Amino acid sequence: MPHVLVVAETPDGSVPKPVQELLTLARRLGEPAAIALGAGASGAAETLGQFGASRVYVVDEPALDDYPVLSKAEAIAAAAAVLADRGGLAAVLLPATPEGKELAGRLAVKLDGGVIADATDVAAGSEPGTVVTTQSVFGGSFTVQAAVVRGPAIVAVKPNAVTPEAAPVTLHAEKLPVTFSALAATARVTARNERPPSGRPELTDAMVVVSGGRGLGGAENFALLEHLADQLGAAVGASRAAVDAGWYPHQFQVGQTGKTVSPQLYMAVGISGAIQHRAGMQTSKTIVAVNKDPEAPIFELADFGVVGDLFTVVPQLSEDIDRRR
Amino acid sequence: MLRITALVKYVPELTDRRFTADFTLDREGTPGRLSELDEHTAEQAISLAEKRRADGGEAELTYLTMGPSGAADALRKALSMGGDRAVHVLDPALRGSDVHATSLALAVAIGRIGFDLIVCGMASTDAGLGLVPAMLAERLQVPQISLASSLSLDGDRISIERESQLATETIEGTLPALVSVTDQTGEARYPSFKGIMAAKKKPLEVWALADLGIGEPSAGLQGAYTRVLAATARPPRGSGEIVTADGDGGSKLAQFLSAQKFI
Repeated sequence: MPHVLVVAETPDGSVPKPVQELLTLARRLGEPAAIALGAGASGAAETLGQFGASRVYVVDEPALDDYPVLSKAEAIAAAAAVLADRGGLAAVLLPATPEGKELAGRLAVKLDGGVIADATDVAAGSEPGTVVTTQSVFGGSFTVQAAVVRGPAIVAVKPNAVTPEAAPVTLHAEKLPVTFSALAATARVTARNERPPSGRPELTDAMVVVSGGRGLGGAENFALLEHLADQLGAAVGASRAAVDAGWYPHQFQVGQTGKTVSPQLYMAVGISGAIQHRAGMQTSKTIVAVNKDPEAPIFELADFGVVGDLFTVVPQLSEDIDRRR
Repeated sequence: MLRITALVKYVPELTDRRFTADFTLDREGTPGRLSELDEHTAEQAISLAEKRRADGGEAELTYLTMGPSGAADALRKALSMGGDRAVHVLDPALRGSDVHATSLALAVAIGRIGFDLIVCGMASTDAGLGLVPAMLAERLQVPQISLASSLSLDGDRISIERESQLATETIEGTLPALVSVTDQTGEARYPSFKGIMAAKKKPLEVWALADLGIGEPSAGLQGAYTRVLAATARPPRGSGEIVTADGDGGSKLAQFLSAQKFI
């Protein structure tokens, strides 16, 4: 059975949920293997084996942190070459983060394989060794199925494509020696200022997202939404109007030029629902909207909508949630 | 002389996106425009060229696009903002090209133009995969310095800031390089009347596949590494329940969320 290589960023030795999801999907396509990248890579090998990776290639050189993308692309290509020799390579699976997609583009050229980004599902095709993916296009208005028809399939998969399931196997882990090219060192990270963690789930992985827009009227009023989000274990998002006004940081923007989210519950508060915003959230399972304008287009998408003043509706909702606890 | 090539894309209007019978995006039969995100590409490329000239150096800015005949409009729009010349890769055999064929044609064209710095947008606003910049960088064997929220160029040293998931990062590199810029780089300028008139006289060359030495098997649907098997319009969302708050909006919302087991 051909191998499927999962790219696992393991900076602190833990195996993030999106990587567990990739390993769960990989079993559908062939025999899972993983490349563990980062300072904690060797510590992560055992957990990768718990999720079905029979071979784990460990690369923990500091170059991976200092030189963006190229060094990782070279390490992944080296692991792919080993697997290709050892029974064949059907696919490489990566997380559909900005870096994951950049790696996918590089690998598509390096490995001469078809590439798909932002897949929401991955399955084996009818021909052995082929891969069929599903993705949402045009801001979620169409669902597309595509097959990779040449070379190994390089697929960047969105979070929450599948529920991770453990499937322990006998693990063979080894350090993979990689010689980085001179080109890999031509761009480097010279400063990195970590933002203080919000304590909330990552916007793109969250099961519940509470987003605010122009109706919030000012940065200080996002505290209302943050309180509600914390009651629900949710991430906080913002519309482009709110971000452009400087009320909330750009990394929380939901929409065409921000993040695309697809949570179980999306709450749009004071957001009119411009097409730009809808493109980033309309595949959410349940959508709730609060807006004082009954004509706001967001109500066309809402499973439940409240026409009213968010400054009374949201605090009342928060109080009600407290009473239920 | 600083040679900048800026990649811009002509995309169908947001409300006019549809598939043809073979599941390729209908690019011929729909009205289009310069991708909004590529207005930022043009703005940043123009600013870098202006700065180099203000510092006493020489700079030449070439826009490059691949697309249907209407894509010339996107090039003229960018030229009306600034820049020197444009190249339009246009060939009926390119219809249906996936990212492999697209990045190949663009990489060969960039090689023919000659470059020190390639400037791209963060993604297109139609397919929106964001894959082509990385594939170009790999084909041209240059570093990709991606998703700049601000950038500066000093001699052959380029430096950017970007907002990654957990941190603000500074990345520095040496030309030749490819940089991609986000919509956080600042407002794009509006073309002036003078700019619009001047753009009509700026050279715009059209290159076909034969000009690039690319054979038809490497282009279009026959050169594709992926094939779309089905495209299904998402069923319209069922009409939901809309209530008007009458002092009880929050409670009604709580009832709904409770019934759906969210609280």
